Amino acid sequence: MKKLMLATAASALLVAAPAAKADTVNVGILLGFTGPIESITPTMAAAAELAFSEVNESGLLLDGMTINAVRADSTCTDAAAATSAAERLITTDEVAAIVGADCSGASIAVANNVAIPNGVVMVSPSSTSPALTTIDDDGYFFRTAPSDARQGQVVADIVWERGIETVAVTYTNNDYGRGLSEAFIAAFEEYGGTVVINAAHEDGRADYSAEVGALSAAGADDLVVFGYVDQGGRGIIQASIDIDAFQNFVLADGMFGQSLIDAIGSELYGRAFGTVPGSDLEGADVFLSLAEEAGFDGSSSFAGESYDAAALVALAMQAAGSTDRTAIRDAMFSVANEPGEEIMPGELAKALEILANGGEVNYVGATGVELIGPGEAAGRYRIYEVDDGAFQTIEFR
Amino acid sequence: MEDILNALVVLANFVIIPSLAYGAQLALGALGVTLIYAVLRFANFAHGDLMAFGTMTVILLTWFFQAQGIGLGPLPTALLALPFGIIAAVLLAMGTDRVVYRFYRKKRSAPVTFVIASVGVMFIYNALTRIFIGTSDIRFEDGERFIIRAGEFREWTGLAEGLALRSSQVHTLVIAVVVVIALFWFLQKTRTGKAMRAYSDNEDLALLSGINPGRVVLITWVIAAALATIAGTLYGLDKSFRPFNYFMLLLPIFASAVVGGIGQPFGAIAGGFIVAFSEVSVTYAYRRFLSHIMPEEWMPDGLVQLLSTDYKFAVSFIILVLVLLVRPNGIFKGRVI
Repeated sequence: MKKLMLATAASALLVAAPAAKADTVNVGILLGFTGPIESITPTMAAAAELAFSEVNESGLLLDGMTINAVRADSTCTDAAAATSAAERLITTDEVAAIVGADCSGASIAVANNVAIPNGVVMVSPSSTSPALTTIDDDGYFFRTAPSDARQGQVVADIVWERGIETVAVTYTNNDYGRGLSEAFIAAFEEYGGTVVINAAHEDGRADYSAEVGALSAAGADDLVVFGYVDQGGRGIIQASIDIDAFQNFVLADGMFGQSLIDAIGSELYGRAFGTVPGSDLEGADVFLSLAEEAGFDGSSSFAGESYDAAALVALAMQAAGSTDRTAIRDAMFSVANEPGEEIMPGELAKALEILANGGEVNYVGATGVELIGPGEAAGRYRIYEVDDGAFQTIEFR
Repeated sequence: MEDILNALVVLANFVIIPSLAYGAQLALGALGVTLIYAVLRFANFAHGDLMAFGTMTVILLTWFFQAQGIGLGPLPTALLALPFGIIAAVLLAMGTDRVVYRFYRKKRSAPVTFVIASVGVMFIYNALTRIFIGTSDIRFEDGERFIIRAGEFREWTGLAEGLALRSSQVHTLVIAVVVVIALFWFLQKTRTGKAMRAYSDNEDLALLSGINPGRVVLITWVIAAALATIAGTLYGLDKSFRPFNYFMLLLPIFASAVVGGIGQPFGAIAGGFIVAFSEVSVTYAYRRFLSHIMPEEWMPDGLVQLLSTDYKFAVSFIILVLVLLVRPNGIFKGRVI
């Protein structure tokens, strides 16, 4: 009896295993379903799964293979939990690639401890830390969210283009502020600009006139503020205007908020400009209507990036012609960048067909994906100026 | 000549005017602390949060008046709400005294018991304020913000440097002068004021001469709470209101009271300005000031700043420690704390 059962089980395995291998492939979705960003991760996961179901419905991936999404919890903050969740995905579920992780800390831990040693592609939709640009990732780590360092570069571009050559910089005293100011200063000095002072400010103070006194003593007419709109950043600008210390103010995404204009009023008009991540692309609208049909909010944070991350994984598999992990890695750049036919959200079937026929695609997607450097999105930024009581959009770049 | 004027304007704009306003706010706070110490003989740790509570009431009423369309024209609406805020703070202080401090007075507890009790009271006030108004940053100044704007000043005078004078800074100084004159008149000339001073100098003799101790304690709380609310409101108008910052203000306020000599009203005022001028002048970067009066080739590369602005609070600490080491009873020979 025992032998019979073993034999049955063995033959069942023999029959079942190759069949499963042939027509489904597992892809992990490693996001913080519990923890500080649990409010946005369900939408991010839904967006990624939307891309996979689009691929599955077309039936064109690798001769009718279907993608099976396996969710796992990164917790966002607990690196050990994220690592063990990723280990389970890679060893037990044998995923071909991972969409995730979400928070930069979790992404760094998973990449270093599990993904890179096992040679599994990770595509993070939301890690923005500049530290991920320089990790030794063997080419396995990608992201569809731009690095904060990129914003520093864009801010330097617009400051320099306005003919401003000397600035003072103040940043909120945390990783965000410091990273952004370092990136800005590196880019600005590259152009030949001068940063006369780079000083941190603490949030939550009642009075910033002493900080402004020090900043203005350095002798620049214009001030770059990498702070928060409801915190020290606003206090610095208010104090600067009160004592007329600076002419223009350069802002980044942390300072983008209507409360800044409401608090300071008309004295800021025409004197403040800056950047915030944003997109005017056709793909963004297409994605919004796709998301609405699927029953989730496409404008939620990082939803578009999640869709794009999942779509890139599927297209890379098709371009590689296999679900081999290293082959996926090698195909990522070719499907994300030029040359090739531009692919919008909802056009994944078309892309799969082109790739199957040996053609090339340039995936644009919901967020205008363009992989640069070590495999991260270039990102698009809205350039704005404060005037007439609102942030007026000048251009996108 | 013009260079010297420019240098003076820079100094006035960045050091002198801000320090005067800040010093007046500290002085009003320190007066409250020092009066409590003189009469009740303990260092009241809850004073900063009493300031926050009074200011919170003023802010809530300011919002109410604004919603009703009642205002003072160019003056901030908060000044209209100030008397009501004072009443609320006085009631709170009197209630606290009745529930907490009277118990220890009857038992004739040691001063340190009062101090620790006041720390407990501080946490309760702290929570009260946060429950009603939250922890975030609130600006409640309205009316005309400036008396002199930097840009206009430059146009009038033709100087390269601008000088800004905000209404809140002038209000602070005017109100502080009026309040201090009224307080000293009260302490020197009125019967109740004299009774307070007598009680402060020698409790037993005061009791023998028929002074009612309950009344003296009551009046002291009324004055301290009124001073706390005025100081808190002026500070909030000039800078911004955030409960945590009022808690942090306790340190420079205590430093001011101790420097001047605790228990000495004159000392509290002098101490307030000493602490304010030290904080601002030690953390100011003098580069711009020097650029007007020094030949260009002598100009240093740095900012000529003694301490980074991050260390502002360290200045009060240093003053506090130095005074306690070198002259424990302060400039005006107050009591030893």
